[in-house]
Amino acid sequence: MSIKSTLRAATALSLISAGSVFADGHSSTITIATVNNGDMIRMQGYTDQFTEQTGIAVEWVTLEENVLRQRVTTDITTNGGQFDIMTIGMYETPIWGANGWLVPLDNLSDEYDVDDILPAMAGGLSHDGTLYAAPFYGESSMIMYRTDLMEAAGLEMPDAPTWEFIREAAAAMTDRDAEINGICLRGKAGWGEGGAFITAMSNSFGARVFDENWVPQLDSAEWAETLNFFVDMMSESGPAGYATNGFNENLSLFQQGKCGMWIDATVAASFVTNPNDSDVADSVSFALAPDTGLGKRSNWLWAWALGIPAGTQQQDEAMQFIEWATSKDYIELIAENEGWANVPPGARTSLYETPEYQEVPFAQMTLDSILSADPNQPTVDPVPYVGVQFAAIPEWAGMWTQVSQEFSAAYAGQQTVEEALANAQAIATEEMEAAGY
Amino acid sequence: MARAVTTQRKTLNTILAWAVGLLIFFPILWTILTSFKTEAQAIASPPIFLNFDWTLENYAVVQERSDYMRFLWNSLIIAGGSTVLGIIIAVPAAWSMAFVPSKRTKDILLWMLSTKMLPAVGVLYPIYLICIELGVLDNRAALVVILMLINLPIIVWMLYTYFREIPGEILEAARMDGATLKEELLYILTPMAVPGIASTLLLNFILAWNEAFWTLNLTAVDAAPLTAFIASYSSPEGLFFAKLSAASTMAIAPILILGWFSQKQLVRGLTFGAVK
Repeated sequence: MSIKSTLRAATALSLISAGSVFADGHSSTITIATVNNGDMIRMQGYTDQFTEQTGIAVEWVTLEENVLRQRVTTDITTNGGQFDIMTIGMYETPIWGANGWLVPLDNLSDEYDVDDILPAMAGGLSHDGTLYAAPFYGESSMIMYRTDLMEAAGLEMPDAPTWEFIREAAAAMTDRDAEINGICLRGKAGWGEGGAFITAMSNSFGARVFDENWVPQLDSAEWAETLNFFVDMMSESGPAGYATNGFNENLSLFQQGKCGMWIDATVAASFVTNPNDSDVADSVSFALAPDTGLGKRSNWLWAWALGIPAGTQQQDEAMQFIEWATSKDYIELIAENEGWANVPPGARTSLYETPEYQEVPFAQMTLDSILSADPNQPTVDPVPYVGVQFAAIPEWAGMWTQVSQEFSAAYAGQQTVEEALANAQAIATEEMEAAGY
Repeated sequence: MARAVTTQRKTLNTILAWAVGLLIFFPILWTILTSFKTEAQAIASPPIFLNFDWTLENYAVVQERSDYMRFLWNSLIIAGGSTVLGIIIAVPAAWSMAFVPSKRTKDILLWMLSTKMLPAVGVLYPIYLICIELGVLDNRAALVVILMLINLPIIVWMLYTYFREIPGEILEAARMDGATLKEELLYILTPMAVPGIASTLLLNFILAWNEAFWTLNLTAVDAAPLTAFIASYSSPEGLFFAKLSAASTMAIAPILILGWFSQKQLVRGLTFGAVK
C-alpha cells in the first residue's frame, strides 16, 4: 500500500508542479536573450531604473555566446516567440533583416538621435539602408603591447605598424627563460575565434575569401603568404600550444605578463589596464592593427546589438527598451556610476567627443581602429560580400568553422600550411556549390 | 607468508582505488577550489592549489545576479518528474520483457537502445515546432515528458536486467495464490526489486539533472533549470572562471549530496546480480 501511495503522490506532485509556472503578476514583461559579457551584465544591474521609468519589467536569459546563437537562431527561424529582444551581432543582423525576421528600427524617436550611431556600426547592422539592430557596444581589434618590454628591446612602436615590424619586435621581446612570448594571437578553431583573426589578417596581405563570382580563393598566393607568415611568426615568438588559444587564453597570458604583444578585441583594453585583474596594467599601450602597405589593415569590426524578432507580441515595449539601453542617457548613467572607462564603447560618435572619455587611455585608439575597418570594402581586391572578418552569408558559420579547424591543425603541426589551404579550398568550394552560388 | 602477501595486496588495492577515485573526483574538487579564488587567482600560472586567500565573493555575486532557487526548483521538478514518470512506465514494460518474453523481445530492447544513438540536434527543429504548436515552450511539464522519453530506453534496460535476476517461480506462486497482475507488480515484484529500482531512479535522476541540450534549447525563463544557470556564467570574451566555478558548485551540490547519502543503494543496485 505504501509503495502505491508513494508512487501516486510522487506522480501527482511532479506533474502538478511541472504544469505550474512562476507568475510575476506583471502585465508587461519583456524577455531579453543576451550574452555573458561585462557590459551586458552591467546593464542588467541597471534594468530596475528602466522598469521604474516605464513600468515594463525585464526578464533576462543570459547564455554563453555559442549557445545563445543556436538558441536565438532556432527561435527566430521557427517564429517561436520566446524572446522580445535578442542580442545579436553584425553577422546575423543583415541576414535576418533580409529574411524579414527582424523588426526594422525605423521608428526611433528624435531624442534617440540615430544619426549619432557610428557609421561603420550602423552600416554593418543594416540591410538595404534599414537599421535592424541598435549597437549596444562595438569593437574592432588593435595591438596591446608592453611598453617596458618594447623599451627593453630598444624599439619604439609606431601608431600604425607593419607586420614586418611586429614580427621583428616579437622576436626581440621573446625571452623563453622568463616565459615571455613576444606575441600572443588566436589560433583556436572556430569562425569567431581563430577564424576571425586570420580572416582579418588575410585582408591586410591582399587576400580575399571569394572573388566577385563567389569562387573561393583559399588556394591563392596571398592566403599562402598570410598563413605561412602567421605560422612562422608564432613558431618563433608565440606561446606553446597557441593552436588552442582563443581570446580568454591570451587574455590570461597577457594579464600575467607572459605576452609582449597581443592583437585582439578593443574591449580587452579595459581588462588589461585594470590593476585588479592585470599584473601589467601600468605598462600597456596601444597601436593600430598591422598592415603590409597594401591599404588594408588587419583589424576587424564587430558589434553586439539589440534586435527585435518579428514574432514578438511586445514590439512597442521592446522598442522602448532598446531606445533606453542604447541611448546617450544610458552612457551617462554608467559613466556617473561606474566611471567613463566602463561605458559601452564603440557605438556612438558623441561618446568620442566627450572630453572625459577622451582621457580614457584606449578611447582614441579604439575609435581609430573602428574607423579604419570598412565592412563594405574589407579587402584590397573587390569582393561580393559584406563583413571584415566574415562574409555575411548564412553558409559562413559552418563553412568557416571547418576551415579554421584545418588552419588550427596546421598551427599544431598536424599538417602543412599547403595541405591546410588545399583542404580549406575543397571545403569552401563544396559548401558554396551545394548552396547554389 | 600468505597473510603478508594479502595485506600487501590489500594496501596496494586501497592505494590504487584511492588514486583512481581522486583522479575522477579531481575536476570537481578543482571547480570547488576555484570557486573560492579571485578571478586573477583562478587563472594563475602555475595554478594555485590551496595556498590562496579564500573568498566567498563569487558566491555573493552569483547569488545577487541570479535567482538560484528558481533554477534549483525547476531542476528538481524536471529531473524528479521525468524519473518518476519513467519508472511508472518502465516497470510494466520491463516486467513483460523479463517474465513474458516474445521472440522479438531482444530485438525490441536493442531497437529501443538504438534510439539513443540519434544526435539530439537532428530532431531539435521538429520537437521545437511541436512545442510551439502545443504552446509548451519554456514549460516544465513538456521537459518532464521529453526527458522521460529520452531516458526511457535506459530505464527499461536497467529494470529488465534486475527483473531477470528474480526467479519467475515466485511470481508464479503469487499468481497461484490469486494475486492479480497489478498486485503482482506492486506487492511482489517491486519490493523484491527495490535495490534495482532505487539505483535506476538515482542514475536517471542524475542523467536528467545533467541534461543540457533540451533544457537549454526549450527553456527561457519559467522552466530554465540549473544547466541554464551555469550557461549564463560561461563567456568566451572575459575571464569569469571563478564565478563560473561558483555557479557550477552550486549546481552540482544537491546532486553530489544526494549521491553521497545514497551511495550504498547505488552501489548495491549497480552490482545487483553481478556476482552469483
